[in-house]
Amino acid sequence: MKKIKKIKIKINGKTKSITQDSNLSVLLKNLKIPLNKVAIELNEEIIDKKKINKIKLNKNDKIEVVHFIGGG
Amino acid sequence: MKKDSLIIAKKKFNSRLIVGTGKYKSMSECAKAIKLSGAEIVTVAVRRVNIADKNKPLLMDYIDPKKITYLPNTAGCFNSRDALRTLRLAREIGGWKLVKLEVLGDKQNLFPDMIETLKSTEVLAKEGFKVMVYCNDDPLMAKRLENAGADAIMPLAAPIGSGLGIQNKINIQIIRKQTKLPLIIDAGLGQASDAAIAMELGCDGVLVNTAIAKAKKPFEMALAFKNAVIAGRQSYKSGRIDKILMGNPSSPTKGII
Repeated sequence: MKKIKKIKIKINGKTKSITQDSNLSVLLKNLKIPLNKVAIELNEEIIDKKKINKIKLNKNDKIEVVHFIGGG
Repeated sequence: MKKDSLIIAKKKFNSRLIVGTGKYKSMSECAKAIKLSGAEIVTVAVRRVNIADKNKPLLMDYIDPKKITYLPNTAGCFNSRDALRTLRLAREIGGWKLVKLEVLGDKQNLFPDMIETLKSTEVLAKEGFKVMVYCNDDPLMAKRLENAGADAIMPLAAPIGSGLGIQNKINIQIIRKQTKLPLIIDAGLGQASDAAIAMELGCDGVLVNTAIAKAKKPFEMALAFKNAVIAGRQSYKSGRIDKILMGNPSSPTKGII
């Protein structure tokens, strides 16, 4: 059996181990992120939410997922 | 009576009270206070989603952005780069273009860094944002912000969260005289009468967070601010009497027995 390779990425400052060639949309789906209520950055670049299923993740990628919270 | 709407970036609002959504005990308390305040615009912050706790309540589940205008802010940003990054992300969440820019310069007094604020205003206006700008009560900087493309000028009354009320009425009046842009007092109000004073000085609105959220009775205070803003606006529009040094009797002096 072919061994599944894992890579490390960072999401919201936390290191996470994911399968190589994972796609951003699968990762966010697994984390149950409500896409219509967030914005996503990949390595400090804003990602068009419509295109996330085309984005493959690479080693050491930094993802930020933000939303609105209470503030003055 | 003629309808007296607040117009910001061509959008009409009936309420002149903008409220912040921070510092409440719970989201439901926040939502109820907003309802009682009658506010149609609320400020919100942009922060990381809690990846670990997927069941954490979301602000959008309590305050419907279709009914209440969300005004994303840049609270916690101390330079132009961070502020721009935050607002570009905010726009991406759901097409928000109306934003509140706030670039702080000092962690103790929370005064705005006006150099970074001005720089950010220029960039944001060019990128098509409608920028409401938190600023110092400095008429010259207010003018510069206007020239840079700001959509609303939001001078502080006093430091954020201080509750001190308007410290420099003269500056606010000078800014009022020089600009036709919406002028909104942001930060430093402590009680409802502070809001009435701001409106009587000719401001178009006030932005309040701590004074409502941290009042002993936030719901009652939300209502008090709502009424104070309405009263202050009516008072301003009614044209106050001139001030005189000596007394002037209210009853006729003719026919005294």
